[in-house]
Amino acid sequence: MSRYELRFSGAGGQGLITAGIIMAKAASIYEGKQAVQSQSYGPEARGGASKSEVIISDGPIDYPKVTACDALLAMTQEACNKYSHDLKDGGVLLVDSDLVTTLPKGNFKTVAFPIINTAKNEVGREIVANIVALGAMVALTGQVSRENAEKAVLSSVPEAFLELNKKAFSMGYEKALAAKI
Amino acid sequence: MAKKVAFLQGNEAAAHGAIYAGCNFFAGYPITPSTEVAEVCSLELPKLGGKFIQMEDEIGAMAAILGASLAGSKVLTATSGPGLSLKQELIGYGCIAEIPCVIYNVMRGGPSTGMPTGPSQSDVMAAKWGTHGDHPAILLVPASVQETYEEIIRAFNLSEKYRTPVMVMPDEIVAHMRERIVFPEPGEIEVVPRKAPTVPPEQYKPYDTSFGDVPPLASYGTGYKFHVTGLNKMQDGFPTTKAEIVQAEEERQVRKVNANVDDIVTFEEYLLDDAEVVVIAYGSTSRSARYAVNAAREQGIKAGMFRIKTFWPFPDKQIKALAGKVKGFVTPEMNLGMCTGEVERCAQGKVPVLGIFRVDGEPINPDQIVAKIKEVK
Amino acid sequence: MAFDYDKYIRPGKLPHIWCPGCGHGIVMKGLIRAIDSLQLDTKNTAIVSGIGCASRLPGYMDCCTLHTAHGRAAAFATGVKMAKPEMNVILVGGDGDGTAIGGNHFIHACRRNIDMTYIILNNKIYGMTGGQFSPATPTGAKASTTPYGNPDPPFDIAKLAIGAGATFVARGTAYHATQIDKLIAEAIQHKGFSVVEILDDCPTTYGRRNKFKSVIEMMNHLKETSVPVKAAEKMTAEQLQGKVLTGVLYKEEKPEYTTEYAKVIERAQAK
Repeated sequence: MSRYELRFSGAGGQGLITAGIIMAKAASIYEGKQAVQSQSYGPEARGGASKSEVIISDGPIDYPKVTACDALLAMTQEACNKYSHDLKDGGVLLVDSDLVTTLPKGNFKTVAFPIINTAKNEVGREIVANIVALGAMVALTGQVSRENAEKAVLSSVPEAFLELNKKAFSMGYEKALAAKI
Repeated sequence: MAKKVAFLQGNEAAAHGAIYAGCNFFAGYPITPSTEVAEVCSLELPKLGGKFIQMEDEIGAMAAILGASLAGSKVLTATSGPGLSLKQELIGYGCIAEIPCVIYNVMRGGPSTGMPTGPSQSDVMAAKWGTHGDHPAILLVPASVQETYEEIIRAFNLSEKYRTPVMVMPDEIVAHMRERIVFPEPGEIEVVPRKAPTVPPEQYKPYDTSFGDVPPLASYGTGYKFHVTGLNKMQDGFPTTKAEIVQAEEERQVRKVNANVDDIVTFEEYLLDDAEVVVIAYGSTSRSARYAVNAAREQGIKAGMFRIKTFWPFPDKQIKALAGKVKGFVTPEMNLGMCTGEVERCAQGKVPVLGIFRVDGEPINPDQIVAKIKEVK
Repeated sequence: MAFDYDKYIRPGKLPHIWCPGCGHGIVMKGLIRAIDSLQLDTKNTAIVSGIGCASRLPGYMDCCTLHTAHGRAAAFATGVKMAKPEMNVILVGGDGDGTAIGGNHFIHACRRNIDMTYIILNNKIYGMTGGQFSPATPTGAKASTTPYGNPDPPFDIAKLAIGAGATFVARGTAYHATQIDKLIAEAIQHKGFSVVEILDDCPTTYGRRNKFKSVIEMMNHLKETSVPVKAAEKMTAEQLQGKVLTGVLYKEEKPEYTTEYAKVIERAQAK
């Protein structure tokens, strides 16, 4: 049975739990697959290490946590160091190139671009960096279609920010595609 | 029409399940990792005319739901380990005064404050032995978001049917993970109403055993004036120290649950037909176990899983029967052997019981279980 | 014609457990007269208590009665009142039950200003357990656990209630029996959380240890040490030394909790 494991990691307050939730929602509500999202968090609401894990499968999902990671997003150097150890051969690592400068070695593809900077300077709001990252993860993993992921984004954010998030998602998606090649 | 679906956390599903079951009163106190239940109840209950109150402490929350239940509400509180410890005296009050209520507790490692954000399964014994004195215990341990929704409804039903507190205890993984949930239509899942009195107020006794082991319960404010106490009581609700009455009432309170285990106890059997090694698991650990059983099968090992859905009353009968058929049990759990001890009691020394105990705030991973399955010779 | 208390007493539940000379029965009679004067529907009246001598009172009353766990009356009662705001909810209990183990529930019930009446029978001692000191026991007094005199300062329960937000606070004494019903009736009529502290006597476990020779002496002590608020206005600080004030000590109109929650429901349903 196909089981695809993703991990969104970084610092608390970066919106990575939300990014993971939207990815899982895209898969389970819009893509017709099954998905489980889980998270681990510390006592801090901001800062500290944060991770959100998503398992996507065509069938029922038993163990809800990552066993061997297919795709990892690391938004801080600390998260990259901590969570890249179980990346699969042939997996994919996406990092914010401004924040993660020491890259782990391994048999996986690494994609790097300035995620937070893209949000700040090209989308216009730093707060949507997580949606830029999500767009990129959708493009890199191919687990859900661009359309379904976008639906999930739009059903998860406040109405006043639909356009902003749509733009952030597209920007991340396009940048990842460009960087992948 | 397609059914309504949503992508929810276990805790959110618990609140929605409670509302499906007719819950119209929630009292709680903020505590990680169960707070989402209170948050959803504070948002949703008033929309339906229900009541939410955040009390001054855990004990107050337990007291408020008992008071509201006597006034005719269907009541819920939510907490976690330390809160459960604080509520225990009044859980006993609910048992002796026979007041329906549901306690949702996200298990917490500990003792004391322990690890508030990590998963644990170490409250299962507190569910049975936490309050002093002999009393009935019903504990449900869901393993998924959908099941949390459904088991909360069953908890309300059991609570009304047996007129006693019922606990639902997910671990933090089930409480906080998100999955797709399909909401049942109204009427699709049975909702058991409170057994109301059939006699006029002047003849009513709140513990009238002529109606069986579970006497009807009137509500305050409906014309029935009756007395409720935490002291050992007579059928009319007033305190007594008469030996034969106290003995009979204590026995009835426990019997009303223990004589109905077949109605209460639920479980899932996974690949047990030819299983030689049976993993006995519950909550999120059963998800690791299912993964491990499949992995072991791929390696040619005849493994299966017995998944506990109702932890109390414990599925003695089923596990005793399995003990006569298999080579050994593997019991993974996020505590230092609480369920394992019960399985050992049921195994009666016939087969080995190999525990896997984790209390480090990390889930038991499938590899650990596969390795232990291989140890059974 | 003599007042008929029996119609409010549950048949067959007397005699009560209180000792000869205890003032709790006087307070119960006052409560009954208050209920009668207001013509409260007993089917729609809940009387809730905790644990202790005073907390046995509800059992004798022909109402919806709830004898809860030690200290928890206010929290149970909050559940009853929230579930059925149309019910009259009256709490009865002692000083230890209400202000020590139940202190947290007490102050928060005051803060919410939920429409209930709490009658605190303050006999300054834990009577049922044999006379241990309570948060209301005077400094220096003897109790079974203060054999060398009480080192603790006591609460002023009425001030505590006012400070915590109760919107009606009154004090009476078991000696002034004919005022009790009036204070309780006014408290019940007040919309909000009302507290009526009744200074009471415990000859068995307090009087005996503190040189009161008789119940009469204890009752006289209640009489001599109390001053009605009106009379106190004309007295000097010197004259008021060692006296406690009785009557309605505090009253204000403030939003009531169940009424405010009804507005929450309205707002939720309007969305």
